[in-house]
Amino acid sequence: MYGWNGTILRVDLSKRKFKKEPLDARAAERFLGGRGLGSWILYNEADPKADALGPANKLIFAPGPLSGTNAPSAGHYNVVTKSPLTGGIAASSSGGIFGPMLKYAGYDMILFEGRANKPVYLWVNDERVEIRDAADLWGKTVYAATEAIRDATDEEASVACIGPAGERMALLANVINDFSRAAGRSGVGAVMGSKNLKAVAVRGTGAVRVPDARAFREAMLRARDKIRNHPVGGQGLRMYGTDVLVNILNESGGLPTRNFQEGVFATADRVGGETLTKRLLIRPRGCFSCIISCGRGTRVTNPKYAAMGEGPEYESAWAFGPDCGIDDLDAVTKANYLCNEYGIDTISLGSTIACAMELFEKGILSAADTDGVSLTFGNAEAMVEMVRRTAVGEGFGLKLGQGSWRLAEGSGHPEFSMTAKKQEMPAYDPRVLQGIGVNYATSNRGGCHVRGYTTAVEILGNPVKMDPYATEGKAGLSIAFQNLTAALDSTGMCLFATFGLGGDELADLLSAATGVKYTTEEFLRIGERIWNLERLYNLKAGFSSQDDTLPPRLLKEPMPYGPAKGRVNQLDKMLPEYYRLRAWDGKGVPTKEKIGELGL
Amino acid sequence: MSKMLMIYPDRCTGCRNCELACSFFHDGEFRPHASRIHVTNWELESFSMPTTCQQCDDAPCVGVCPTGAMHAEPEKNRVGWDETKCIGCRMCTLACPFGAVVYESSKRRIVKCDLCDGAPECAAFCPVKALEYVEEIDSARARTKAVAVDFKRTFEEVK
Repeated sequence: MYGWNGTILRVDLSKRKFKKEPLDARAAERFLGGRGLGSWILYNEADPKADALGPANKLIFAPGPLSGTNAPSAGHYNVVTKSPLTGGIAASSSGGIFGPMLKYAGYDMILFEGRANKPVYLWVNDERVEIRDAADLWGKTVYAATEAIRDATDEEASVACIGPAGERMALLANVINDFSRAAGRSGVGAVMGSKNLKAVAVRGTGAVRVPDARAFREAMLRARDKIRNHPVGGQGLRMYGTDVLVNILNESGGLPTRNFQEGVFATADRVGGETLTKRLLIRPRGCFSCIISCGRGTRVTNPKYAAMGEGPEYESAWAFGPDCGIDDLDAVTKANYLCNEYGIDTISLGSTIACAMELFEKGILSAADTDGVSLTFGNAEAMVEMVRRTAVGEGFGLKLGQGSWRLAEGSGHPEFSMTAKKQEMPAYDPRVLQGIGVNYATSNRGGCHVRGYTTAVEILGNPVKMDPYATEGKAGLSIAFQNLTAALDSTGMCLFATFGLGGDELADLLSAATGVKYTTEEFLRIGERIWNLERLYNLKAGFSSQDDTLPPRLLKEPMPYGPAKGRVNQLDKMLPEYYRLRAWDGKGVPTKEKIGELGL
Repeated sequence: MSKMLMIYPDRCTGCRNCELACSFFHDGEFRPHASRIHVTNWELESFSMPTTCQQCDDAPCVGVCPTGAMHAEPEKNRVGWDETKCIGCRMCTLACPFGAVVYESSKRRIVKCDLCDGAPECAAFCPVKALEYVEEIDSARARTKAVAVDFKRTFEEVK
């Protein structure tokens, strides 16, 4: 095979055994790799109703057929499993070099099943595989565990691991690879913790091969030029990072502020990309094979929070910043570092702290609930302290680590949790971006911007501009983005490559890497197949159309001031059209015809 | 005129596109492990340093080669390797102060930068110009300029 290796590594943690299995070539052609192929295997092998934190759940690490090539920004892999946060399917994408390393070691996927009876880690050194004892690693931070595993294995090894948050199965725990790259969302780190699996370390010295070097080179050069010549992909993201969005969203009136109570934050610029570049940036960083370099190597010199690390990117800066009413960039950056070190999703934790702040200000939570900390909007010290408590698992931090839905619902006020399907929504207010609203509501992994990034069209005008307030055409727009992204996430590419690339270029790259001929239509059809597969999984897990919704605040509370004053999200105008265009019935169930047409 | 591969670690993002381009050009496959250029990353300090053959004038690998397989090729600005003369003794590997010469027994060959016969792919594929193939005499120009720009800014602030 080309592009793919043709081998899956299956690890039974309960029996402490592993075996190498041939990749199902037909399934690989239909679901590619990463998110798609991982979801297909999870759907077929694991009961969607099973406890996400029980041994019946499976945990998949999957790069794609383009991972390991020099297709631009193709260094990604996905962690696929059942989410303990949402109860639905999870696929969390991450960059770094972990995915490509797995390919160089000779595998297309590692699939974990069962549960180890004590802490272990997996060491994959090309064809040699070992399940090793991790008693000494348990309790270590991501940084310390990564260093220790490299010392014990090979200094070139790429390590994906959980921090203390994942060990204790906090629902906001993530998986971090190569020190600061996060498979961030949906609590995939808690699943890893539930399996007593501290880390996966990989070293690969082999090759990823393509059928025709000249043809691949041509497709690759075309794609690189498209990104290089794109104002966002080619220059903007390297210069200012994703955090450049702070001022752009603030100007639109859609920068969620103080737990989505408002859409404008007066001092937003203090945590924006321009300020970050001036004050904290050491230099831009890039994942393996990346030509965009949105990563931020940063240093905080303020003695209160002095440290070095990566980030924050936009969502993190927003979550710990404007969403908590905070404009102290040093505090925000420190909170971001702590999350990397302890393995926590920044979007979800920032939003959960913002929710706690609102509950505190409304008198629903008292100082007795928050360990005596005055958790008011704008209190940067309290925010950092709450991140620390969540990281180490102390006091009120234990509650925060379970996410805003459980916190707000447990306090009798679920309406203050800014979540869709119990997962915290990112930094785009659906009262401004009508399309992002329908995307959040229908996202298969809950509140998420990278399932269908309609922001590109509604705010940035890429590749075309649509009025953010309009509802016409937004169901179709969401679907187009959702399908494209589902396919892209399965190739091993980074979503940001779409700042320059569309279905044509992606289909060309994929064809050139694998030798299987894909047209643009077939590529997008794969995305539609994956989206419907995830939907079927969630329906079996117990979701219904009732869950395709947004918090009441966004549907009923008009934006109080700013450019979008008086607006709400008009989901009821878009959702029926969304179902119709998806060929789902009125209850959001894919029709038999659609399932048959997609070969599911 | 003589050209050299100039390395700017201060610009490097650690993406290793150079390693991918190198292995793809030489072997038609993606295998960073067999790249002639390597990037060392300090992830937490956000620092990366690419290293490769410096094409030394007084090259230790040439000096220790018992058969003349390693030899100077001044017209190509490089130290060349003649596979017909190589006996696979690996003395060059032992001698190179940069760790830039490796013998690969499975393919009976030396893995060492050959500047891609005059158009180094690593430099062409570096997204941030951390690698540039430039005239020797101009090699330090970017650094000189950076110092001047810094000085100008400071000077204007003081003024």
